[in-house]
Amino acid sequence: MADIRNNFVGIKSPNPFWLASAPPTDKAYNVIRAFKAGWGGVVWKTLGEEGPPVVNVNGPRYGAIWGADRRLLGLNNIELITDRDLQVNLREIKQVKKDWPDRAIVVSLMVPCVEESWKAILPVVEETEADGIELNFGCPHGMSERGMGAAVGQVPEYIEMVVRWCKANTRMPVITKLTPNITDVRKPARAALAGGTDAVSLINTINSITGVDLDSFAPQPTIDGKGSHGGYCGPAVKPIAMNMVAEIARDPETHGLPISGIGGITTWRDAAEFMALGAGNVQVCTAAMTYGFKIVQEMIAGLENWMDEKGHASLDDIVGRATPNVTDWQYLNLNYVAKAHIDQDACIKCGRCHIACEDTSHQAITNMVDGKRHFEVIETECVGCNLCVNVCPVENCITMEPLAAGVMDQRTGKPVSPVYANWTTHPNNPMAKVAAE
Amino acid sequence: MPEGQFKDGIAGGRLPTDQYAENFSDLHPPLDHHEALVESDRCYFCYDAPCMNACPTSIDIPLFIRQISTGNPIGSAKTIFDQNILGGMCARVCPTETLCEEVCVREVAEGKPVQIGRLQRYATDVAMAEHKQFYPRAESTGKSVAVVGAGPAGLAAAHRLARHGHEVTILEARPKAGGLNEYGIAAYKSIDNFAQAEVDYVTGIGGIDIQNGKALGRDYQLSDLIRNYDAVFLGMGLGGVNALRAEGEDADGVTNAVEFIAELRQASDLASLPVGRRVVVIGGGMTAIDAAVQSKLLGAEEVTICYRRGQEHMNASEFEQDLAAANGVTIRHWLQPRRVIAENGRVSGIELEYTAMNGDKLAGTGERLTLVADQVFKAIGQSFVPAALNGSGASIELEAGRIKVDAEGRTSLANVWAGGDCIFGGDDLTVSAVAQGRDAAESINRSLTQG
Repeated sequence: MADIRNNFVGIKSPNPFWLASAPPTDKAYNVIRAFKAGWGGVVWKTLGEEGPPVVNVNGPRYGAIWGADRRLLGLNNIELITDRDLQVNLREIKQVKKDWPDRAIVVSLMVPCVEESWKAILPVVEETEADGIELNFGCPHGMSERGMGAAVGQVPEYIEMVVRWCKANTRMPVITKLTPNITDVRKPARAALAGGTDAVSLINTINSITGVDLDSFAPQPTIDGKGSHGGYCGPAVKPIAMNMVAEIARDPETHGLPISGIGGITTWRDAAEFMALGAGNVQVCTAAMTYGFKIVQEMIAGLENWMDEKGHASLDDIVGRATPNVTDWQYLNLNYVAKAHIDQDACIKCGRCHIACEDTSHQAITNMVDGKRHFEVIETECVGCNLCVNVCPVENCITMEPLAAGVMDQRTGKPVSPVYANWTTHPNNPMAKVAAE
Repeated sequence: MPEGQFKDGIAGGRLPTDQYAENFSDLHPPLDHHEALVESDRCYFCYDAPCMNACPTSIDIPLFIRQISTGNPIGSAKTIFDQNILGGMCARVCPTETLCEEVCVREVAEGKPVQIGRLQRYATDVAMAEHKQFYPRAESTGKSVAVVGAGPAGLAAAHRLARHGHEVTILEARPKAGGLNEYGIAAYKSIDNFAQAEVDYVTGIGGIDIQNGKALGRDYQLSDLIRNYDAVFLGMGLGGVNALRAEGEDADGVTNAVEFIAELRQASDLASLPVGRRVVVIGGGMTAIDAAVQSKLLGAEEVTICYRRGQEHMNASEFEQDLAAANGVTIRHWLQPRRVIAENGRVSGIELEYTAMNGDKLAGTGERLTLVADQVFKAIGQSFVPAALNGSGASIELEAGRIKVDAEGRTSLANVWAGGDCIFGGDDLTVSAVAQGRDAAESINRSLTQG
């Protein structure tokens, strides 16, 4: 049986599935239920500094987009950090950690961008014997208007400064949570590393409006006729999150920096993909908020079964395995040629491949052959773009078949070259590097 | 003497009173809003969609389903009505399992087609509930057209003609409009008086005057119409019922299935509608199934359909056959009626002969079978009765006993078009009658406006 115990920057948990800092980790009641269900760890919902409690809106806090059967695809929220009393949270954290010593408890923090504030909160958190802290530099709504959350995460210098304060004032591991609401995620990650962070976690939520009520012309969620952008999460953001994880994992400056992957993770497979791209563990929120804590049972069993099937003994065998295969476009092999192939036995003749190719691509799929509806790739036209595969409703009906070296590419009339050659040396590239004499 | 279900002879009140409403409730209940969204999402929006090609009225099915999925049922209904103004009834009565849904790519892929009929009903119900009329009439042309028969063909023709600005008069022999939609369909396929609601919806465009109780040949002649109107459309359907050609078929208790179906549809109290304890239905089409299933639902103890050929030859679709079986109807094949057995002039049984294919010809084998029956329904097809054309019928060319028309619905008589079941080449489907009525109307319009 595969060993899925997780050691993330020294924080141990029986599995790599943590609940992200969010409503599911708001208080002891939820966290205990999560641990009973099997979650390996939690990042306690963000604590702020001592003082009057944070207030939330009293109307809707969430908005969503759905598939046809109201399958939740994306969720957006405008909830702020915890609105519970700091001391109550600290007491509960301490008790839960005491009762559940084998689970990871990391405490998310967000206080004003002045050193005194951080110096004040770090010791009281340390006193709970929590396993670590996560710096919330990501929340894109509300708190950011007060100079916290994403307002910090969007300025690499601030990130570095705050991380440095934290490292100087606590023995606890520091995980820096990054916002995706920036142009190049490597910059904040580098800044966190420069500040001495033990790890980064990403992504936090993405600025979003989930809908517009076309009767009232108000954005959703709507509070008394108005709306504000919220933070977008759930399955819809997974591809964006995975790219950002990979960008940090493969950046020479941050390579090796531990990453806690977050963003739309719903199944064991999602988790495995994040980990393959370089995440040392994963954090989940929307899936739990949609289906409850029990989903972790599927995640644990699914990950173990897959690892067993593939012979991966521990998480170290999978973390970062896909990272080296993420590269820049300019290094892709331009001599690789693939053509779409339609399995006629599997084809149900919906014609979508044809119309997608005909209307929007390369006119490389038939729709009528000898007076009959028949969908077949015209190899002389097919550029191997994969659009037909993506629009086909039948799994594995259309596949991309690579042409072996030496085989004639009917589109170009040239045989496939066995040699790897990319844009950097391509004759059409004015910047092409000339091979050394 | 046993009462209720086991009472011998032909009698009403076989079931507890409240059972009738349940037995004759909607066969395919309407989809609710969420069900419609989920079902519409199953449609792949095929290119050159097979469903669309299979529809006799060529409704743009992928488009109307997509419009449902995007929350635009009114737009969806217009897409349907553009091609088929009787889309509401067709959604209920079309044998979709042998038309659009049979060729749905999901039927091919997984044996579970998109429920096109029910989606069509969803959209058309929304539009009809809102009394949404999509088609303004063109400016009056001053031309008038007579339509014989207010069935699907006549109504479709009338609507299209009215759209083009012609004045339409429909002459209908029966007390109500709707034709077979009103009189010829199993009650559970069209509940809540839908046929009349649809007639009102179709005629809501204006410019259509329906005159009931006006039978061709009895109250007026074709020559009158030709003289008094700029064009004539014949859509009078089939007036005759094929005989059993079995000895003793005049006995009491031998009934035309179409009459039974009509009577049932018009009955205000189903409990009082009499039906036999043991019913035999002769035939293999939709009418046979409708009569048999409804007999069962009225409380007949034993209902048997006897068809002279094999299961694979039946005109009734597989779905209809399954429906009959699920309702406890026994379907027997390779049997033809030979003699109706009567006691005191009333049916007491029927003697049948087994049949077999002799080469490509059907022949009796000589072996006989007797079934006890107190009611026998004839459902072996209907025929066109040209006599109503009253003399002028002779001058309208017939083909295989029905009116001959060209591709546009023109008969051999000038200014006379025809469509629906009365023409040769039809397939006895509501939806085909609609297509023929619509297309004939276009032809009439071209003739009247270009002439």
